[in-house]
Amino acid sequence: MRRWLFPLVLGLGLSLAASPLRLATTTSVHDSGLLDAILPGFTAETGIPVQVIAVGTGQALAIAGRGDADAALVHAPALEARFLKEQKGVLHACLAKNRFLLVGPPEDPAGVRWETNVLNALRKIYLKGALFVSRGDESGTHKKELELWRAAGLRPQGKPWYLESGSGMGATLTLASEKGAYTLTDLGTFLFMRDRVRLLALFDRDDPRMTNQYSYMATNPERFPWVNFEGAKRLRAYLLRKDVQERIGAYLKDRFGQSLFEPLYGRCPIPVP
Amino acid sequence: MNELVEITLRSLLVSGSATLLAALFGLPLGLWLGARGRPQRLAASLLYAGMGLPPVVVGLFFYFLLSRSGPLGSLGLLYTIPGMVLAESVLAFPLIAGFAMAGVAEKANPVRRLVKSLGGSELQAYLTLLAESRRVVVAALAAGFGAVISEVGAVTIVGGDIRHATRVLTTAVVIETRKGELERAAALGAVLLGVTLLITAVLVLFGEREAR
Repeated sequence: MRRWLFPLVLGLGLSLAASPLRLATTTSVHDSGLLDAILPGFTAETGIPVQVIAVGTGQALAIAGRGDADAALVHAPALEARFLKEQKGVLHACLAKNRFLLVGPPEDPAGVRWETNVLNALRKIYLKGALFVSRGDESGTHKKELELWRAAGLRPQGKPWYLESGSGMGATLTLASEKGAYTLTDLGTFLFMRDRVRLLALFDRDDPRMTNQYSYMATNPERFPWVNFEGAKRLRAYLLRKDVQERIGAYLKDRFGQSLFEPLYGRCPIPVP
Repeated sequence: MNELVEITLRSLLVSGSATLLAALFGLPLGLWLGARGRPQRLAASLLYAGMGLPPVVVGLFFYFLLSRSGPLGSLGLLYTIPGMVLAESVLAFPLIAGFAMAGVAEKANPVRRLVKSLGGSELQAYLTLLAESRRVVVAALAAGFGAVISEVGAVTIVGGDIRHATRVLTTAVVIETRKGELERAAALGAVLLGVTLLITAVLVLFGEREAR
């Protein structure tokens, strides 16, 4: 018993001693393993350990918006704009992007496979009443899905074929696969899950509407004076550095034959005012 | 240290501390309530209803309480092990107090009369009752421990599932499931079940040996 206790107490002591940086982040960058691949380099250089809290974008901003995280890494430009406007966040920068895909069963009951406009694809699903799984969790992907329905002039909420999963992207893909339903997914999670689900990428085009943009923000130290702003600034500088951006772009490129995250070097294709 | 061992030990640390903390208050309360002659309907209703406290709601309550913008924010307990222990102990408390109360109710009066007739004090009566109720105490502790080590709602919200800091077995199962690593999630689940069984078995053995 004493032999066990010692490392535990030591570990507890050490974790209290160093002042860590808390990063609230969207699940996709965490579950894909990207953060585990690039954050240890930051800790090695600066001695600042990073504690990652991986939740949906909505929850990540709620946590940072109460000063419970020092920085946020999220993907919902509209929510980010509001977060900045409410003076909860500062130093916004775009880190990387990929794209959203519309995936569905190989039989493609609504016939969206050859559609070149994603809004028309959604209209076909709507008219056919084909099963569609929504994240329903205020995540960045959920926000994007709602934005697309709105742009198509449709309200699927409450329809019997519109299912809200309330869970993460991986679980939602599994659900869509089991139900033979369509769903909107980010590229990264889909590539990871591709072999485990019976779903095909039915709309996968370079459409500006489908851009999935990941941004970094520090929590505003004027509003939340206890935050580790120095650490948050240093992590921002590290993430935007050329060599780190190149490593983000190269992450798992060999395995999937395409970039999971294309580096943006701080520039935002979707403007966040 | 191997990460699985680390996560398992952290689960034991959090659940064990929470169970002990809850027992520190729950056992005396349960004994006291059970040992009073008349049935305590209001206390019983409250405790039994508390056994059904939804962990996510307790987690959310502690999130607001411990958040840096909340009333106890300056303690910096959110996303730490002590914060998780606090939330978990609230979940274990009604189970431990309720089981103790129900378990000693039958025995309380005869034991008390016996101790009093032998010239013992009220405190001695309670201590004798406690010693005579080891099986009840074991059942109460096992119920409390089982509830908190298997719980995922409160530890996720209060702990944040931070790797190498607050990740426990249940949150590790969730994250592996989310990643689609279902085999790994199942293996972690097996470890969780094994650990729960082991601890409960140790408790039961302890109770039986002393009860002889």
